[in-house]
Amino acid sequence: MRLPCPLCGTRDRREFYYQGAAVALNRPAPDAGQEAWENYMHLRDNPAGRTRDLWMHEAGCGSWIVVERDTVTHEIFSAELIDAD
Amino acid sequence: MVFSGLRILREGLTGNKGWKPHWRDPEPKAEYDVIVIGGGGHGLATAFYLAKEHGLTNVAVLEKGYIGGGNVGRNTTIVRANYNLPGNSEFYSHSLKLWEGMEQELNFNTMMSQRGVLNLFHSDSQRDYAARRGNSMVNQGDDAQLLGPDGVRKLAPFLDFDNVRFPIYGGLYHPRGGTARHDAVAWGYARGADMRGVDIIQNCEVTGIDIENGQVRGVQTTRGAIRAKKVGMVVAGRSSQVAALAGMRLPIESHVLQAFVTEGLKPFIPGVVTFGMGHFYISQSDKGGLVFGGDLDFYASYAARGNLPMAEHVMEAAMTLMPAIGKARVLRSWGGIMDMSSDGSPIIDRTHIDGLYVNCGWCYGGFKAVPGSGFSFAHLLATDRPHEPAARFRLDRFATGYSIMDEEGTGAQHNLH
Repeated sequence: MRLPCPLCGTRDRREFYYQGAAVALNRPAPDAGQEAWENYMHLRDNPAGRTRDLWMHEAGCGSWIVVERDTVTHEIFSAELIDAD
Repeated sequence: MVFSGLRILREGLTGNKGWKPHWRDPEPKAEYDVIVIGGGGHGLATAFYLAKEHGLTNVAVLEKGYIGGGNVGRNTTIVRANYNLPGNSEFYSHSLKLWEGMEQELNFNTMMSQRGVLNLFHSDSQRDYAARRGNSMVNQGDDAQLLGPDGVRKLAPFLDFDNVRFPIYGGLYHPRGGTARHDAVAWGYARGADMRGVDIIQNCEVTGIDIENGQVRGVQTTRGAIRAKKVGMVVAGRSSQVAALAGMRLPIESHVLQAFVTEGLKPFIPGVVTFGMGHFYISQSDKGGLVFGGDLDFYASYAARGNLPMAEHVMEAAMTLMPAIGKARVLRSWGGIMDMSSDGSPIIDRTHIDGLYVNCGWCYGGFKAVPGSGFSFAHLLATDRPHEPAARFRLDRFATGYSIMDEEGTGAQHNLH
């Protein structure tokens, strides 16, 4: 599998660190409560099909990237840098 | 139909014409006491123990494909009880005892072979941990022996003992562990359940779960609606999709794990050897093939096939551990879909819907758990109370944080298991 890094171009999967579902970008407030934190930490939609997940170009530019891809076919639709804010 | 040596002899002399199918192919009834969704090892074992231990025979197993066609046919067949943490330790201990009695209990040859599991270590600190884990296993009532390099050399002289990076300091040996014939386990439980009246319904995909006022009423399937008082979901590899039919989200991410087998060789590897530092393990099947594998591909996937980087890594680890393997030729590789829970431990529990139960999250260790999981899930379905050895496999541990079981000690989050 090769991932299209927006800065470096298409690179081998081995250059990337996998974080998991892009839910990791939506960290709840510290006092958001047990349910919000369970949703963030543990519960997942885990779709068989289109998903958005978070990768870091560890052995390249170091960017965090949101990749939209298909978990069944491994087809990749898009890869975007996460919002710097 | 009962298997015996006499029967096999008689059939052999009469052209093997007397064998009949080992389970029926029934039409679904309108209603059952219990529906088990998923005809894999765990689902079939659940149905078997519902009938045998609890006398519940108005039971259906619904399988979307054919029984044994999922992960129970895709694993590397290792059986062991060498866990460290309370919660896991007693569960796998119970499961191993069921493995030891399985062939008599099922009257079916599952080729259970207690040829031993050897976990290697390569440093003083790893030896300390192995000793601690061995003590946990012995305290649980299972067997463990701490071997030095000489002890390992007797068992597995073909290893590279003086490897520069990973010299072999010894190993933790678990003699009661071993391997079994995976397909036969599914078939044996299917036959045993069917003989007791359970309907095994193949090519029957569940497309909906009917819930009224917080109580499960039955399921919708590709072969029509079926009512049920209780429904158990045992569908590792598709757990999130089936749970979503009931409006649930699970603490599971699905990953692909690859395995490999070589051409058949003469007896070479005595038991199971694991090389944790390379995420590599190997055994030899009764047919002679070297069966081995490594770690996850490490990205969410339902593709049931892996990527080349992990295949390369596994081959490198194999060559590091036992250079002789370089002469063997790989016949094929495959991938299975793992229910990776965020703490690396499974779930056997009720849900927030009355009459709906869930069994999932077996990560890459589901095969050895087949009898224990079936036994404990049947107990939960029949009595509505958790079975003691599986009492810590709670669904709510992710919300409360209580009883999180991170056996690897890497942290209870998704990308770390």
